Amino acid sequence: MSAITRDEVAHLARLSRLALGEEELDHLAAQLDVIISAVARVQEVAAEDIPPTSHALPLTNVFRPDEVRPSLSPEQALAGAPAAEEQRFRVPRILGEEA
Amino acid sequence: MSAALMPYEEALAKYEPVLGVETHIELGTASKMFCGCPTTFGAPPNTQVCPVCLGLPGSLPVANKAAIEGIIKIGLALNCTIVEWCRFARKNYFYPDMPKNFQISQYDEPLCVDGHLDVEVDGETYRIGIERVHMEEDTGKSLHVGGATGRIHGADYSLVDYNRAGIPLVEIVTKPITGTGDKAPLVARAYATELRELVRALGVSDVRMEEGSMRCDINVSLAPRGSAEWGTRTETKNVNSLRSVERAVRHEIERQAAVLESGGTVVQETRHFHEDTGTTTSGRSKEEAQDYRYFPEPDLVPIAPSREWVEELRASLPELPAARRRRVQAEWGLTDLELRDVVNAGALDLIEDTVKAGCAPAPARKWWMNELSRRAAEQGVELSDLPITPRQVARIQALIDEGSLNDKLARQVFEGVLAGEGDPDQVVAARGLKIVSDEGELSAIVDQVIADNAEVAEKVRSGKVAAAGALVGAVMKATRGQADAARARELILEKLGAS
Repeated sequence: MSAITRDEVAHLARLSRLALGEEELDHLAAQLDVIISAVARVQEVAAEDIPPTSHALPLTNVFRPDEVRPSLSPEQALAGAPAAEEQRFRVPRILGEEA
Repeated sequence: MSAALMPYEEALAKYEPVLGVETHIELGTASKMFCGCPTTFGAPPNTQVCPVCLGLPGSLPVANKAAIEGIIKIGLALNCTIVEWCRFARKNYFYPDMPKNFQISQYDEPLCVDGHLDVEVDGETYRIGIERVHMEEDTGKSLHVGGATGRIHGADYSLVDYNRAGIPLVEIVTKPITGTGDKAPLVARAYATELRELVRALGVSDVRMEEGSMRCDINVSLAPRGSAEWGTRTETKNVNSLRSVERAVRHEIERQAAVLESGGTVVQETRHFHEDTGTTTSGRSKEEAQDYRYFPEPDLVPIAPSREWVEELRASLPELPAARRRRVQAEWGLTDLELRDVVNAGALDLIEDTVKAGCAPAPARKWWMNELSRRAAEQGVELSDLPITPRQVARIQALIDEGSLNDKLARQVFEGVLAGEGDPDQVVAARGLKIVSDEGELSAIVDQVIADNAEVAEKVRSGKVAAAGALVGAVMKATRGQADAARARELILEKLGAS
């Protein structure tokens, strides 16, 4: 029984808009299965009295005061954008396959 | 193409609507939820962004304490339980309105749970259950370019402004609202109205639907009358006014009833509301979009509000709208109907502030509900948008009370203040509106009028007292309406020996 199926990998790829070919899916599904199986071994160590842990630090309530700090300039903000127009990030059509 | 509709009364005779309302409210904090960028509405695009809200590598979000306090206040005001421990979650989706490809939200551990809000429709109280209130961040704004209508469908590409991305957003989700029958649209509207009033009273958001700081998504499903099973629901988005909340519910009832009546099935989907036509159209189908792969947000530590903190916040809550309405009704001696009129006119704050400025409740209500409501209606604006303050209204009434103005002159003062001529006293001075109460001045004017109208004066002298009306008219004319007409009449009759 594999930890992740080829279909699940294909589904995740679609959600992430990754165009994976048939061979890539075979390849990645096998690799991800190994990775997830390795991580799953941690679960075997966890005893009943250890609650599931999402954070490594034993901290709660880390807040910042509601104070304004300087933002980037629009030029800085857009510097890494593949395309920009009218001081906005330009992105490809959003509803491509659904419209 | 417009959908087939079943007449409302017929639809309600056959089906029972079940509603749900999800409301998003932007909190009015100075800075964003997880970074220090400002939150000013209408700033030039991408001028309020930083590595954190752009999701650049290596940036780390830290929660805004004022936002957490704001949501806890909302939860408390909605009679919710504030949980002792909860986490943020990542909601993953592929859509460019969040540059990170996920939105920080809360999933199975909302901060506030299980509350209620009472609303009133036609004198009947409906208790709306609150399922949850959770904290998240707002998304950016997209501008769709190309295509025929600037809408997302058919667009060639989109332009995104991330100024709004990361502004603290509170989502309030009701429990299913049942048993409202044909009142369903009104109950939905009353809920949205009451929620807006409540949040405004808390001072944590400006809750402006037209600016998008309060937005409603409306879930509607229909069950055949007598059936225990609910139908398939649709979620209508883009409902951006209180009136639209009512119209959207009504439209979905009529549309779904027609679908069911023709033997079809209601599709579970997102629908978009169109303000201009009052109709909804199908949006994206929901199945695929719902795979959000939530997981606990690793970059933010859990929130564990201490009971002391929660009680401190509870003690800091202002008087809430329902309690305030009851108090004001008692203090001002209003009937239920009068109170409802005041509330519906949006005049409660204005009247109360006018009373606080020293005016008696009755005249305060009279001016706002009559004179000023009429002028607001003429101009097609909200009462609160009129360029006159409660303090100015109170001053005008004070001038009436001290005898300097009568109601007729007061109306001219209102006109002057609304026209931007300054404070009431400035308008009175500039327009020369004071009642002529100086006895010597009035007496001189009366003498002059008698001299100028010798024939009429003679008639009065000879006993035709009714003719004095013409002389009073002349005095009023000479003083441009600013004399006390009753006193002028007394003086005339006195001087002509006819009293």
